[in-house]
Amino acid sequence: MNKISVANLSFFYGKVQALHDITIDIPENQVVAFIGPSGCGKSTFIRTLNRMNDTIANTRVEGQVLIDGDDINSSKTDVVALRRKVGMVFQKSNPFPKSIFDNVAYGIQINRLHSNRSDLNDRVEKALTDAALWNEVKDRLNQSAFGLSGGQQQRLCIARALAVQPEVILMDEPASALDPMATQKIEELVVELKRDYTIVIVTHNMQQAARVSDRTAFFMLGKLVEYNRTDKMFTHPDEKLTEDYITGRFG
Amino acid sequence: MDHRIIDQQLELLRNKTLALGEATEKAIEQAMRSLNDRDSDLARKVLEDDQLINQMELEIDRLSIEIIALYQPAAHDLRLVIAIARITPVLERMADHAGNIAEAALIINAAPQLKPLTDLTMMANTAMEMLRKAQDAFIAEDAEASRAIIRQDSIIDEAYRKVFGELIGMIINDPTVTSSAAQLLFVAKHLERIGDYVKDICELTVYLSEAAFIKHTRLE
Repeated sequence: MNKISVANLSFFYGKVQALHDITIDIPENQVVAFIGPSGCGKSTFIRTLNRMNDTIANTRVEGQVLIDGDDINSSKTDVVALRRKVGMVFQKSNPFPKSIFDNVAYGIQINRLHSNRSDLNDRVEKALTDAALWNEVKDRLNQSAFGLSGGQQQRLCIARALAVQPEVILMDEPASALDPMATQKIEELVVELKRDYTIVIVTHNMQQAARVSDRTAFFMLGKLVEYNRTDKMFTHPDEKLTEDYITGRFG
Repeated sequence: MDHRIIDQQLELLRNKTLALGEATEKAIEQAMRSLNDRDSDLARKVLEDDQLINQMELEIDRLSIEIIALYQPAAHDLRLVIAIARITPVLERMADHAGNIAEAALIINAAPQLKPLTDLTMMANTAMEMLRKAQDAFIAEDAEASRAIIRQDSIIDEAYRKVFGELIGMIINDPTVTSSAAQLLFVAKHLERIGDYVKDICELTVYLSEAAFIKHTRLE
């Protein structure tokens, strides 16, 4: 079943068209990787899936983005609820200048998802456990999040995203600033999380896309060049352009 | 990008594979000549040279693994490395069969000639022609040509059945020829196997070109 259905989506920064007529279906409980050279539109595209581009002045969307059949660009859409349902993790981990506990609890509290203090504690623990961080931080929940390593901070941001019970998680190069060990943990986490979530991940690391995703979309110059099963994409892509990109033959 | 670092390595891998293919072809040709010309020195040379072929196989293995580990090939690059890694032991085994023919030649040459080797020579020539064409098709990545070569193997299979029947008939008629006839049977069997191995190479060329696995499928 498709969690997200995008049809004929175009996106404009002022007069500059950044995305051209993108049509793509993202199945539920799968990991879809977006790859492509810098400036190809993959980050712009991922941000159209929870209307993060709304925060940029003078931008315009054409076409349709359906999540669970609902048009997210409709005037009736509650954008706050949308972003709760479609969480996001960024390239650079960005914890709040608060304790580890408060970082995760914050979203739960402002969305009033908890019934009492003990429920809040349980939710924080579950989010940290699901983000594979609990064992490393359970004894220092009240310490500053800035004391964590880069990889831990990134997993804290994932825990923060999970805490508000999203259904889709968008990850924009979540491991590009991390060392190989921390990267491996994030990748294992992505594969683990797809049981419960639909995940879209933007990455410059082709091997990472190959390792974690079920399907891969290749973007270039704002166009979707190819969208295919990941194993097919990396052994026998349909498009010559894809072949040239993933084998480093790009001029 | 005009030059990728991996290109140089892939070119080296391709060249080493071609060299192994040529050495294998030469081994088959010399093994058959040692039989036809009753030249036991040449048969011994084939057996000696087999060491070099084994060495070539190991070198290609090492390079294939190195390319996968260091350059993480994808798509066509990956298929090329995989195809070569699988063609290499096939070529080495073909050369082993050439060695087996040379060993048989040493025994056959020590006894009086039993019969003209017309059918065996035809089988060997067909196998060598198939091998040459299979290598050309591999370099050209020509799946169609590879499929055509696969079909050609039936010529060798048919000749094998004919030679087999003939030699068994000779043994029945005159049991004293059993030893020489059995050696010729072995030679026929080795040539038949060589034909099968050429088919394996062709199947890998189809994989390289189309990413399709045609092994264990019937060609129309």
